[in-house]
Amino acid sequence: MADPKTGAQASAPVPTVIADDVHIVYRVYGGNTGRGSATAALNRIIKRTPGAGVREVHAVRGVSFTAYRGQAIGLIGSNGSGKSTLLKAVAGLLPTERGKIYTDGQPSLLGVNAAMMNDLTGEKNVMLGGLAMGMSREQIRERYQGIVDFSGINEKGDFITLPMRTYSSGMAARLRFSIAAAKDHDVLMIDEALATGDRSFQKRSEARIRELRKEAGTVFLVSHNNRSIRDTCDRVLWLERGELLMDGPTDEVVRAYEKETAR
Amino acid sequence: MSTVSETTHDSAVALSAPPSPDDGLSAGELARKYGLAVSGARPSLPEYARQLWDRRHFIIAFSRAKMTAQYSQAKLGQVWQVATPLLNASVYFLIFGLLMQQSKGMGIRTYVPFLITGVFVFTFTQSSAMAGVRSIAGNLGLVRALHFPRAALPISFALQQLQQLLLSMGVLFVFLIGFGHMPALSWVLVVPVLVLQFLFNTGLAMALARAGSKTPDLAQLLPFITRTWMYASGVMYSLTDALKSNHAPEWVIDVLSANPAAVYIDLMRWSLIDDHSRIHLPPHVWALAVGWALLVGLGGFVYFWKAEEQYGRG
Repeated sequence: MADPKTGAQASAPVPTVIADDVHIVYRVYGGNTGRGSATAALNRIIKRTPGAGVREVHAVRGVSFTAYRGQAIGLIGSNGSGKSTLLKAVAGLLPTERGKIYTDGQPSLLGVNAAMMNDLTGEKNVMLGGLAMGMSREQIRERYQGIVDFSGINEKGDFITLPMRTYSSGMAARLRFSIAAAKDHDVLMIDEALATGDRSFQKRSEARIRELRKEAGTVFLVSHNNRSIRDTCDRVLWLERGELLMDGPTDEVVRAYEKETAR
Repeated sequence: MSTVSETTHDSAVALSAPPSPDDGLSAGELARKYGLAVSGARPSLPEYARQLWDRRHFIIAFSRAKMTAQYSQAKLGQVWQVATPLLNASVYFLIFGLLMQQSKGMGIRTYVPFLITGVFVFTFTQSSAMAGVRSIAGNLGLVRALHFPRAALPISFALQQLQQLLLSMGVLFVFLIGFGHMPALSWVLVVPVLVLQFLFNTGLAMALARAGSKTPDLAQLLPFITRTWMYASGVMYSLTDALKSNHAPEWVIDVLSANPAAVYIDLMRWSLIDDHSRIHLPPHVWALAVGWALLVGLGGFVYFWKAEEQYGRG
């Protein structure tokens, strides 16, 4: 099912990400049900109630797949099905409980927003976000204008010199995507980033994703928007309750998913 | 919900992968063949130090950004970076210099700078410890979203405290001169003392960051520990004088005055305040200052690195 549009898959496809029977378990503190008073908490500790204060959430159960160079892979599934968790594990940010994930280079999650501070200007956040992703100061300076132009933040006045807390949610999301997409990634993972932003920005983002794929990378995209999955991905993984339900060409999987969710 | 799992895991892989000579290989063999590495594995210690060095600009930018963000909602803005230590020192001057006129036998001229030095230097270590213990636990979003050597966080927070201390030192110099302690050559010693204390603080922050990421409760407990530490380090009074007048055994005096906070405070006072007759240094004080910095600085770094791949789990 090599994508005729990209032609990136020559005779032997080169794997970039291999997930081998991956299980991921979250441990949550303070997730205990029951009364929240101090005496109740003390009681639980003294009585040594099994797993006092700690609950385990088995978020991903035995997922295996191999991703190849030049593929854009969509992840679909209902809320809480483990899509984002799986991506974080591929990025090496969450330890796996069982199983192994092998990657080519360092996959990066489009999660630059975590490094950004609302009290700082957009300008400073471009610098901080870029550095947090591992770009050098020279690289950021070189690409600064490109980032600002791509985000379209300055289309309605000089917003880049204002603190980010003054931005609308769409503007902030656009700046985040622009910063993250400015870096060259071997494996890029995008989590719901395209849901925000207006139609023209979505168009530009999709074009940028296709560009990243051409640069011999692999792109993962989590989205609840089936159309943006259809527009950008050639392969789709369908996760449900932490299990891989289906893995195949976009049309086939999305059609099955739509049939399932339409009920 | 009914499932559509007509594709099992094995067939799912086969469906997506085009036929190739790699079909017979297991995941591990395939990974080896194409040189893929296990995601999120812990790098070796030298490699880790190198990665950290590569991120130095991020560490500096992050600490500056935190510093700026701290006061950005206030109308006076960054003025508070200087105003806070200034007000702090003024309060001590008001209470001990003007109201109480009580100076533990060393005269107001010496006592007020003595006290302010002690408070600023101890606060440097205390706030580094407090920031360190929360540096991983309080930034899980960042840890779970981006890939960088995690030690960048505690180091960055310790660096932020160093910047704050440097501003406080400016205020301290003003007070010293105001109390008639003119700049002398011994003031240069402030630099090595600060470097050593910063090393110590960074190591402490890294060690506490690991402990705090496993046991977040530590953040609640730490204020009590640091307060005990403060009283045991002679921030408000001369430790040796106070202990001697209470006929404390010799070894208690030795142990308490060898504790890192007391060592750095004593060295700073000795460098800055020219009334040396009242400020005595414990024996081997420079060796202790260097020893603590190396022991805690390097030890904290190695201890932190050992759990590198585990940060980020809830």
